[in-house]
Amino acid sequence: MLWDALTLQLGYNATLVAIGATLLGFSAGVTGTFLFLRKRALVSDAISHATLPGVCIAFMVLVALGGTGRNLIGLLSGSAISAAVGLLCMNWLIRRTRLAEDAAIGAVLSVFFGFGIVLLTIIQTMGVGRQAGLEGFLLGSTAGMLWSDALIIAIGGAATLLLVMIIRRPMMMVAFDSEYAAALGLPVHRIDLAMMGLVMAVTVVGLKIVGLILIVALLIIPAVTARFWSDRSDHVVLLSGVIGGLSGYLGAAVSASAPNLPTGPIIVLFSFGFFVLSLFLAPVRGVLAAIVRHLRFQRRVHIRQGLLALAQGQNIYEPYTLRLLRQAGLARPDGVATDAGRAQAAKALRDEKRWEIVRADNAHEAAAALYDGLRDIETVLTRDQIDDIDRRIGGPREVRP
Amino acid sequence: MLELAAGKSSSSGDLTVHDSPLVIRGMTVSYGQKPAIFSVDMTVQPGAMTAIIGPNGAGKSTLLKAALGIVKPLSGQVLVFGKALDRQRARIAYVPQRASVDWDFPTRVIDVVLMGLSRELGLLGRVRMRHMAHAMECLHRVGMHEFADRQIGQLSGGQQQRVFLARALAQDADLYLLDEPFAGVDAATEKAIISVLKSLKEAGKTVVVVHHDLATVTDYFDHVFLINTRKVAEGPVEQAFTAETLQAAYGGRLATAQIDQISGTAG
Repeated sequence: MLWDALTLQLGYNATLVAIGATLLGFSAGVTGTFLFLRKRALVSDAISHATLPGVCIAFMVLVALGGTGRNLIGLLSGSAISAAVGLLCMNWLIRRTRLAEDAAIGAVLSVFFGFGIVLLTIIQTMGVGRQAGLEGFLLGSTAGMLWSDALIIAIGGAATLLLVMIIRRPMMMVAFDSEYAAALGLPVHRIDLAMMGLVMAVTVVGLKIVGLILIVALLIIPAVTARFWSDRSDHVVLLSGVIGGLSGYLGAAVSASAPNLPTGPIIVLFSFGFFVLSLFLAPVRGVLAAIVRHLRFQRRVHIRQGLLALAQGQNIYEPYTLRLLRQAGLARPDGVATDAGRAQAAKALRDEKRWEIVRADNAHEAAAALYDGLRDIETVLTRDQIDDIDRRIGGPREVRP
Repeated sequence: MLELAAGKSSSSGDLTVHDSPLVIRGMTVSYGQKPAIFSVDMTVQPGAMTAIIGPNGAGKSTLLKAALGIVKPLSGQVLVFGKALDRQRARIAYVPQRASVDWDFPTRVIDVVLMGLSRELGLLGRVRMRHMAHAMECLHRVGMHEFADRQIGQLSGGQQQRVFLARALAQDADLYLLDEPFAGVDAATEKAIISVLKSLKEAGKTVVVVHHDLATVTDYFDHVFLINTRKVAEGPVEQAFTAETLQAAYGGRLATAQIDQISGTAG
């Protein structure tokens, strides 16, 4: 069953949902990265909650005009309008009042969402309201998805991606250094608005699949996850899109493989899974890498300290140091250096002197920047450079075959 | 430095608006109800190195940001080479304070320098070999070419400052505005920055620096602009950087002994 779902053989509706969710995940991941790097991640939460009154009002208008109120384009247009109003309110609060951004986000989010819930309750007392399934917009509902719905999601997602591609450079400049961007003459405020507008577009497009409460997860989690793997912004953007798309696809497929599994929450759980994996396993920024790095570093510190102590004829009291030296064959159990230990200790002492010269010399700045008190000098300088430094130190020269 | 300044015109009044790289008139900027700078006039000498000096909170950085249109003034006018700022953006390069950005941002040294070329690249232009070569050359000028592929967070404070300078160099501007480039940097960086600034000056460019270290003013600069919310003094170092002007700008915040010592080296 799961295999059928993953290979898109679970019927028409499931396939539509999987394709839609993949596209949505990709555009949410890409767009969300800019928001995350601009440190405005939570703005998306306010935007998404602000869609609810719009959905409800659009429904009421559609019913008043004599329809069933199930027109997706109509409902999404309504949600976009109220999200835009919410966005502008928040922007105004931040720029024109003394409210901090987090307070403005909280105010807009709760007021708009509360108003939306009131409207939703009123709609449920209306005759046609009960069957409208508007609650589906809260957490997403993919059960009755139509071809036209999927098409709207695909077109909306693709259009958003295209716009992101076009203004990615100014958005990244503003995210990194908004003052410099302003000095170059970029319209920083308008770029910020455009970025939040794109987030709004993703939110609206995603209402049907993920719902307004969880879309924030799809905007933020892939970006945070991708950041673990790369130090380059363009890579982070792309990777975030891939993680979002993959989460969308897997989540949609898995939720289709069993009855009564909600699509949106499962998509979010998958992206969270990727996040946890990255948190622990990412090569440089991951938790495990940090632990391993720390242990290795500690080991190097102890060995270096031990060698320098041996070189200067001092006693070694630290048991861990002694054990490391013994394991490496550098010291005997009683703490006396072996021949290998004596040789390495002399080398360590000489390196200290060489480093002193390197660090005092501007010509070696790039090498000096790598100084950590532990590194062998050969790892940063060529043989000729070391010979030159040794000449400057003077004294007995290292004998080499 | 003194002989360099000696030949220059002695007062800013001799300059017409069109000769000056940067003219500020009646500039007032306020955060809230208290003006950070009030009705400030400034006329920058072409081809000179000018230091903007004043106590903490005197509005030095604000003046620079107002000149660049980063903060919106309550009143005032900015002319760059005699024309409106927005028509002359390509001729100005800005080096912001190092603390103004998040250094954990996922970007490499070379990417930061390439930002200086964004005007040339436009929205969708590809980064080509000549752009890369130009960016690398700018890194070379500040002695940071070996760091091109590092993530910016791995650099020391001084190195970060030099990357910012390289980004400004990449713009090939005529007027360079720097906000506290020497704050909290190592001696090697200070030397590297000042030699780059002097080479800009030799190439006929104009350099304006917000500066906090009074002891180095006479060594580094030929013009000063003293500010404490209002303009206090403006002119060549030997005329405008005196015990009286310093007293006026800093009030009681500088000991008389300090002032005597500094203006002694100036005079």
